Amino acid sequence: MSVATSKPSLLPGMRLSGARHRLLAFTSLVALIVIFSLTAPDFLSTANVIAILQSTSVNGVLAIAATLVIITGGIDLSVGTLMTFCAVIAGVVLTYWGLPLGAGVLAAIAAGAVVGLTSGTCVAKLKIPPFIATLGMMLVLKGLALVISGTRPIYFNDTPDFAEIAQGSLIGMVLPDVPIPNGVLILFLVALVASFILQRTILGRFTFALGSNEEAVRLSGVNTDRWKMAVYALAGGICGIAGLLIASRLNSAQPALGQGYELDAIAAVVIGGTSLSGGRGTIIGTLIGALIMSVLAFGLRLLSVPQEWQFVVTGAIIILAVYIDILRRGRS
Amino acid sequence: MLTRRITLGGLGAVTLAGPGAMLARAQDKAYIALISKGFQHQFWQAVKAGADKAAAELGARVTFEGPDSESQVDRQIDMLAAALAKKPAAIGFAALDSQAAIPLLRKAQQAKIPVIAFDSGVDSDIPVATAATNNLAAAALAADKMADLIGGQGKVALLVHDQTSRTGIERRDGFTKRIKSAHAKITIVATEYGGGDHLKSTEITKAILQAHPDLKGMFGANEGSAIGVINGVKELNRKLVVVGYDSGAQQKQAIREGRMAGAITQNPIGIGYKTVDAALKAIKGQPVEKVIDTGFYYYDKTNIDQPEIKAVLYD
Repeated sequence: MSVATSKPSLLPGMRLSGARHRLLAFTSLVALIVIFSLTAPDFLSTANVIAILQSTSVNGVLAIAATLVIITGGIDLSVGTLMTFCAVIAGVVLTYWGLPLGAGVLAAIAAGAVVGLTSGTCVAKLKIPPFIATLGMMLVLKGLALVISGTRPIYFNDTPDFAEIAQGSLIGMVLPDVPIPNGVLILFLVALVASFILQRTILGRFTFALGSNEEAVRLSGVNTDRWKMAVYALAGGICGIAGLLIASRLNSAQPALGQGYELDAIAAVVIGGTSLSGGRGTIIGTLIGALIMSVLAFGLRLLSVPQEWQFVVTGAIIILAVYIDILRRGRS
Repeated sequence: MLTRRITLGGLGAVTLAGPGAMLARAQDKAYIALISKGFQHQFWQAVKAGADKAAAELGARVTFEGPDSESQVDRQIDMLAAALAKKPAAIGFAALDSQAAIPLLRKAQQAKIPVIAFDSGVDSDIPVATAATNNLAAAALAADKMADLIGGQGKVALLVHDQTSRTGIERRDGFTKRIKSAHAKITIVATEYGGGDHLKSTEITKAILQAHPDLKGMFGANEGSAIGVINGVKELNRKLVVVGYDSGAQQKQAIREGRMAGAITQNPIGIGYKTVDAALKAIKGQPVEKVIDTGFYYYDKTNIDQPEIKAVLYD
């Protein structure tokens, strides 16, 4: 089992440099928070902090899904429209069919997993490059979301509990002063579970191994196709959760939304120190990356920076983050 | 006026006493956050120009933001959340989806921040006023102009951007109802939808023209539809009366060259200006009209260069 023998030499190195980068990403996050709280008076207000966390929840969950696929050395461009597709599925089940809340939640996650499995099959079995397979899937899902919904938003007015998934606040019921929305709790829960899968399960070990040296894994007798499909399916299911979060937050499934969100997710992954060439990455890094993105967005808005310049600053930070990643790889 | 501003400034300074001491000067003027449906299109830039003008003339500080595309409902919600965190004196809001924004608008209401809806309005009783174009009346004016230009009788067709948005529905209905009620000898032979897309609208126009060789006029209900109509007419080398909506470089050029008879323009500058004006009135506790008509014009070759028209047209 070459996986077993290569594991000790592979993982410690990854952990060390990963830790250094994570520290760097974390330092940038803290630096941004300090700068914004000094310059924008309302930055640390409860309303703003909650708005930032709320805004991170969807992109964060999408970025976690993207992280898993990117660690295998692949890429998933369909996360944004898959999120929308799953939101529409929830809308159909809850509003059109009038089924109970649990059915809508399960349907959205299952739909995500099935689509993820399909993408994974295209990549693993049909040998279509992940970029192309998921680009195609992105468009297919965008179209399907519009077709199924009849190009109109589906509202969740018949299931008032649905809005509670992201908008309600269990914490606020205990501590009324910090009404952190449930969507944020779900983000952290997804992060914990994904982190556990990556660090502690065989699926996680193969996720890293696929990205480091797929050929070696295959030659050691492992059915790499099956593991790859499993990772894409898992990522798809997580996109389903993102779909529930965004639909709950907007109290509607908005079929036209979603394209472009994959880029924000990938940006968060990269800022968080996950290597686009695979084999390296952490969920906590991605979480920090997603937080950096929304702290930047809200901070710049609070400072009333013109919108045109907000793009420039965000873009420059992404390039800087990738440059640091390259430096780090050069050193290790 | 002067005393009022001082009182406001004083209030601002008191509420910001904590961390905002260095910003006290900027808070002399009431801060109004405008959240629009977009920001990079010329139309929204014109709305912003109007808002900036009102801010300079009437004494307010204004910020203007909108998502990249009209599908990004969640981004707009984020912008509204950030705006609320800035504790503005008033908010101007053009909702992409009213329902999705209700929780945050309720927060604004609880914080006693007046909300002024602009452009398409907000489906709720929270906004104290709505500043928007009266699309029904504007499209009815287009119908009257069309009737004049084709001599009061014959067949006409409509090309509308979509059948779901408020502007699409109102412009279609405004035009159609006016033709039916005031111009009985004119028949509408087709009403089609091209999504506001230039190419798609061109193809639909060509299909309509081929189906109706005796068509006398066509109405394009927004910029993309109107350009599609001109293109289709040109590609089939037909002659008919085209009336458009909104402006833009291509539409203005077509009017100058006579390929389009004329068009309705909204008054985006007026939308921005009146939104800020209404916001300031609401802040001061003065009465505000519930529905503010921001006005519209019909422009053609004869008046396209007049200053009051030129000011509301964009490229």
